[in-house]
Amino acid sequence: MSVTTYSEDRSTLKARLRRAERMQRLRALGLVLPLFLFILVVFVTPIAILLTRAVDNPEIADNLPLTTTALKDWDGKDLPGEAVYAAFAEDLKAAQKSKATGLLGKRLNYELPGTRSKMLQAGRTAEKMTAGPFKDAFLKLDPLWGKLETWQVIERASHRTTSFYLLKALDRQWSPTGGIEQVAPDQRLFVDVFVRTLGISVGVTLATLILGFPLAYVLATLPPRHSNLMMILVLLPFWTSLLVRTTAWVVVLQTEGPVNDLLLWLGVTNEPLPLIFSRFGTIVAMTHIQLPFTLLPIYSVMKTISPNYVRAARSLGAGPFSAFWQIYFPQTMPGIAAGCLLTFILCLGYYITPALVGGPTDQMISYFVALYTNRELNWGQASALGAILLAATLILYAVYNKLVGIDKMKLG
Amino acid sequence: MNKKFLTTGFIAAVATAGVLASVAYAADGITVVSWGGAYQKAQHDTIFGPYTAKTGTAVKEEEYNGEVAKIRAMVESGTVSWDVISVDTQTALQGCDEGVLETIDYSKVIDKAKVLPGAALDCAIGSDVYATVFAYDTAKLKDGPASIKDLFDLQKFPGKRGLQKNPFVNLEWALIADGVDPNKVYDELATPAGVDRAFKKLDTIKKDVVWWEAGAQPPQLLADGEVVMSSAWNGRIANAIKEGKTFKIVWDGEAPDLDMWAIPKGTPNLDKSYEYLAFASSAEVQSALAPHIPYGPTNLDAVALVDPELAKTLPTHPDNLKAAIPLNPQFWGDNGEELRARFNTWLAQ
Repeated sequence: MSVTTYSEDRSTLKARLRRAERMQRLRALGLVLPLFLFILVVFVTPIAILLTRAVDNPEIADNLPLTTTALKDWDGKDLPGEAVYAAFAEDLKAAQKSKATGLLGKRLNYELPGTRSKMLQAGRTAEKMTAGPFKDAFLKLDPLWGKLETWQVIERASHRTTSFYLLKALDRQWSPTGGIEQVAPDQRLFVDVFVRTLGISVGVTLATLILGFPLAYVLATLPPRHSNLMMILVLLPFWTSLLVRTTAWVVVLQTEGPVNDLLLWLGVTNEPLPLIFSRFGTIVAMTHIQLPFTLLPIYSVMKTISPNYVRAARSLGAGPFSAFWQIYFPQTMPGIAAGCLLTFILCLGYYITPALVGGPTDQMISYFVALYTNRELNWGQASALGAILLAATLILYAVYNKLVGIDKMKLG
Repeated sequence: MNKKFLTTGFIAAVATAGVLASVAYAADGITVVSWGGAYQKAQHDTIFGPYTAKTGTAVKEEEYNGEVAKIRAMVESGTVSWDVISVDTQTALQGCDEGVLETIDYSKVIDKAKVLPGAALDCAIGSDVYATVFAYDTAKLKDGPASIKDLFDLQKFPGKRGLQKNPFVNLEWALIADGVDPNKVYDELATPAGVDRAFKKLDTIKKDVVWWEAGAQPPQLLADGEVVMSSAWNGRIANAIKEGKTFKIVWDGEAPDLDMWAIPKGTPNLDKSYEYLAFASSAEVQSALAPHIPYGPTNLDAVALVDPELAKTLPTHPDNLKAAIPLNPQFWGDNGEELRARFNTWLAQ
């Protein structure tokens, strides 16, 4: 009897405990939920929408619906027949009314430069066409409409999704025979820019590590009175707006700026050095801005390292260098790993600093994303560049995880 | 570490607030968007202010650098918060073709016959004539450049040059410096060989160019000694001279162009926008702009109202037009896309 009571008690106790735990979990979830929703709404969804833009291809299918259908039966080996041209004329009439010819021309212009104005001209002509034969009319209008390539491009662009932008972001395109080829040399750009973006990011990360590590060490070992003051000196610029700091570098590095004046006065150089609008200026300014991001994780890890280890090593006969290198340095690795990753990934997306301090050959991939978004209105291309950058970052992160191990990283 | 996350969080919050604030707009007034700097200040004094005084409609001002994307984003998403925008001719033509600009009903604005030929387009009406010229600082260069050839002559004038980060004007100047007659530049540029020729000429000074994007930059670059000469919009240089700078404008090869007013498709304030366009296009208002910034009027009646002394500083004065590049927005409307693409690739290579 007493045994059963005990087990009943235990089961109700268990149930009560579960209930209490569930309440606690719900409460915790309730606290996290706003952040989760916030990230979902303002971060994940827009990125997902943008990424779909990289393959989204509605222009032709939406505005040349009859042509799209008519081209389905076309073998793609010879010029299409009268039916396709008739459908094309009908579509253009409608497009002219809805002012979509400009959009059509713009889309085809990406793949066939020079098509835009001919599309507009065709739109204006099609408005007046009443009876066939349409094929002859178009062939007479412009040789463009009598080229096999034109129709191959229209056929390819009439699908709802396209790999055009992604291929272009890697300086590749579909060849007329159906394979993938490199674009013409005077159009090759993005592979170089991706390599440049990685190169600048690696350079800046290394520079912040070389400058930041000794400083972090000094900060971590000085008595608090001095280290606090030095910490303020590190954090003060960190709290200043990125734009202000970048503009300050413009002032410092400009041709008639203080650095050049000093170098001239010292006689180091006879004429001002091109410090600004150069790769050098870009890396210097970015290093300055990123330094705290590398330094702070290293510093906070160093703070937790007990001086006893090095003392023990020294008392066991290790020299100062090997005590540092074999005992102290390995313990700072989690901080170095975290700081470097943080800086590297932030560098990949830099836009303002290279735009203001760099020259045209120092622009990183974000510059081209902005260019295609704001100026060229080619959001497909901008999204494709973003998608490739995102993919490259994730791959690098995975490699880094394999080499260093994310679980070993410490931010403090 | 906490401090850092607080900082980052704070920055994110401020950025979000900024985005939200820019979405909201004045419901009772109209929003007019222009190019900022000395130009917009002149417009503020001669157009926006008097317009509000006359009609009681408030004008909310915004600035941009000609990014059509913002207009398209608004039109496509149906949240048009800009009512009247100042655009260049290429953008006006392109925006019209792509259906993001309202087709102008001229009966509500002005008699087309009173407008400078070529300034009354389907989707935009000229507001003033500006020109891209080049200028230098006489305090730094005593015996300064006098022609486009000098702009490309690194032996005679060593040092950096400021040029706009845009193929428009630069390709034309490259051809002129290479010996092409200004009246024939567009015939030459229409051929692939002509485009190659222009880029080849630009290659010769590529290393010595500082590229500018905002109109306020060239006077600054000149004043800082960052460049020995720079292309610029004539009004920006004229106003810097007025402020005491020792700059000089070289009119050789000037590239006149129109600033235009356009209405994005779908604005909720269409009637007020038309009212604004009519006001801004009237002869009195047009002739008032030039004393504030030397851009010429597009209303033919306004030409007579401009002081003859002042008229000499306008891009439209016959003396200044002697070696000008003919206005050809259609060329850029048709070919701008691929030329810009090639230019941007060329820049980054």
